[in-house]
Amino acid sequence: MAKPATKPKAAPSAAKTKPAKAGDNSVSPDELKSYYRTMLLIRRFEERAGQLYGMGLIGGFCHLYIGQEAVVVGMQSTIDGKDAIITSYRDHGHMIAAGMDPKGVMAELTGRSGGYSHGKGGSMHMFSREKNFYGGHGIVGAQVPIGTGLAFAHKYHGNKNVSLTYFGDGSANQGQVYEAMNMAALWKLPVIYIIENNRYGMGTSVERSTAVTELYKHGEAFGIPGEAVDGMDVLAVRAAGERAVEHAKGGNGPYILEMQTYRYRGHSMSDPAKYRSKEEVDKYRNERDPIDHLKARLIEQKILDDAQLKAIDAEIRKIVGDAAEFAQHSPEPDPSELWTDVLVGA
Amino acid sequence: MSTNVLMPALSPTMTEGKLAKWHVKVGDDVKSGQVICEIETDKATMEVEAVDEGKVAKILVEEGTEGVAVNTPICVLAADGESVSDAPAPQASAGPRASGSPQSEPEARGPEKHESPPPAPVVHASAREPEYSGKMVKMTVREALRDAMSEEMRKDGSVFLMGEEVAQYQGAYKVSQGLLEEFGEKRVIDTPITEHGFAGLGVGAAFGGLRPIVEFMTFNFAMQAIDQIINSAAKTLYMSGGQMGCPIVFRGPNGAASRVGAQHSQCYASWYAHVPGLRVLAPWSAADAKGLLKAAIRDPNPVIFLENEILYGQQFDVPEDPDFVLPIGKAKIERPGKDVTITAFSIMVGKALQAADELAKHGIDAEVINLRSLRPFDTETIVASVKKTNHLVSVEEGWPFAGIGSELAALMMDHAFDYLDAPVKRVAGLDIPLPYAANLEKMALPQVDNIVEAARAAVNR
Repeated sequence: MAKPATKPKAAPSAAKTKPAKAGDNSVSPDELKSYYRTMLLIRRFEERAGQLYGMGLIGGFCHLYIGQEAVVVGMQSTIDGKDAIITSYRDHGHMIAAGMDPKGVMAELTGRSGGYSHGKGGSMHMFSREKNFYGGHGIVGAQVPIGTGLAFAHKYHGNKNVSLTYFGDGSANQGQVYEAMNMAALWKLPVIYIIENNRYGMGTSVERSTAVTELYKHGEAFGIPGEAVDGMDVLAVRAAGERAVEHAKGGNGPYILEMQTYRYRGHSMSDPAKYRSKEEVDKYRNERDPIDHLKARLIEQKILDDAQLKAIDAEIRKIVGDAAEFAQHSPEPDPSELWTDVLVGA
Repeated sequence: MSTNVLMPALSPTMTEGKLAKWHVKVGDDVKSGQVICEIETDKATMEVEAVDEGKVAKILVEEGTEGVAVNTPICVLAADGESVSDAPAPQASAGPRASGSPQSEPEARGPEKHESPPPAPVVHASAREPEYSGKMVKMTVREALRDAMSEEMRKDGSVFLMGEEVAQYQGAYKVSQGLLEEFGEKRVIDTPITEHGFAGLGVGAAFGGLRPIVEFMTFNFAMQAIDQIINSAAKTLYMSGGQMGCPIVFRGPNGAASRVGAQHSQCYASWYAHVPGLRVLAPWSAADAKGLLKAAIRDPNPVIFLENEILYGQQFDVPEDPDFVLPIGKAKIERPGKDVTITAFSIMVGKALQAADELAKHGIDAEVINLRSLRPFDTETIVASVKKTNHLVSVEEGWPFAGIGSELAALMMDHAFDYLDAPVKRVAGLDIPLPYAANLEKMALPQVDNIVEAARAAVNR
């Protein structure tokens, strides 16, 4: 089972990344606080999910989002509640950012009736019609045509909404992604392809899997504009997201954002992470952490003091603690649930 | 408040592991996310990170210890300001997580329990077939399919058609003739040749509130798209606890046409009929085509609609009433008889009827059932027929192994075993890729003679 350890090549140059609008005055202190709070909520939620997994309370596959929080929080700040969101199986952060209840998400992880799918979906398969969150998809790349179809529906209905379609660097080599990009460009569909490039598709680095490693260029054959973004900086994400949303809502068709980010944990829980060095992980954690970065800014700009930060910590600890409690005490689904939801009206 | 750190599981199957190395010692401050130790199993080594913050109060399992069971407390963290000696012994308290830990709640988990599932709900056809006594018009299957689409598109603005050559070209087999002119390019959409992509796009559009009709130029090409059909369209309703309905029709010709070779000649009936979450229809006549396609478009579920290229040009009587719709899940007795039941679907219904005429010459009165719906399956009608005839012959164009006929044989074992006077006979395509040569192709596909032979063997006359 053990594979030989391979040292990843150097990180792709960040030179192509457009600089964030540092000190962007359009971001209010309240918005900054809210981004911090949501990122921290995702981080603590995921840590707790990892712990419940270790205790055997969560089964199967469980892909944690730790390290990538700025991507989804930054993007969420650029859309409204009617825009569609869809992603892969590393989806807990997207659901929390979309405003779904952490209790329902955690209870789905433990396979309980209080979960968003009544325990019938699990970590990779959760949805919320109410929040326009369309999953949670377990097949690498399959959400990309579906997200494009959500954009198609927006255009067909004649509304001004967009589809945020997230996928990873691993998906970026799937054929159906390019089939979808072609149709999106051809029909000018309001879809934003957000490639969360965390540098490894499972254990294979982008350099080892992808001929052109600048993933933001992957739409060039279809004339889709793209840009690389510092996905560890929530404000850089927000700024790029605003450009992309404006482009799509303006009837100009799809847009690609390559979010250069990093996952601290393994691909899934049983990943021994032999394909990258501890130094590499530590470097991101210690120098690039999106939450530490924003926290420093909040302190420096005197938006929050120590006591206020502690209060946010405590509030989030309680939300996550309550979610974990709920997820452990919500009953398992009734056996009658086996036969429900196979077909509508049958 | 102190916290016990427990031996974690790396995977759902791990029960124990080795505590290989400690990265912290008693008295160290630990932050959440910090690596505190390494554990090993036969498969992997993994670093264990702290979830809670605190000071290491006690190390309970020394490094190098093998066979540490999952969920065994391995160290104690004391909270901020708590002195190390205040930390309770692990036996005294399992920490704050105890209330929900597996040990204290064994009844909530368990492959140990062997709870049997409740029985499957009995599926009856959603409605009886309407008695139609109004005016009939002559129409080809091709026209019936087109009329079904255009009538439903007039009724419901969320219905649209997409596929290769459906618009300007008027359909590769001219099924969508005139639709572009009537409904415009917003609702009749030519796609690039990318089945996987446009099937997925259709699924997304259905999730987004539309009712797509996705035409495959043939179902052979839908193999490119089968992941989206099964994993996305068929399963998402279930996986979402009922939130994500997918009202979509995937339609197009299925099975052999005429000498188009193995890659363009496969029958997918048993493939799709295998999958819960789909409806699978296979019309024969123009009335079937019209009534079932209208039902499929109105249905809130993903429907696989298997047409047949050779049938497109055949003419049948069709009820003129634009509200004529057939129920999904209902087979039709095309010819009543008392000696042997012959089931068939799609083009094989015509062959079965010809075989019945031939059998009549031998004094054998065959009942021919047009299955029409392969999922849900009208077991009731077939069982009732077999109770009368005591013999069953299944006819299909597809391969015999794990085919619709195999399923029928199994269903008869379950529901009509005591009524059978002879084993169920299967007439199916030969178990080979379909050959191109005219003589070989004919031999490979079921012909009227094969059906006659099988029925005579069944009744032993």
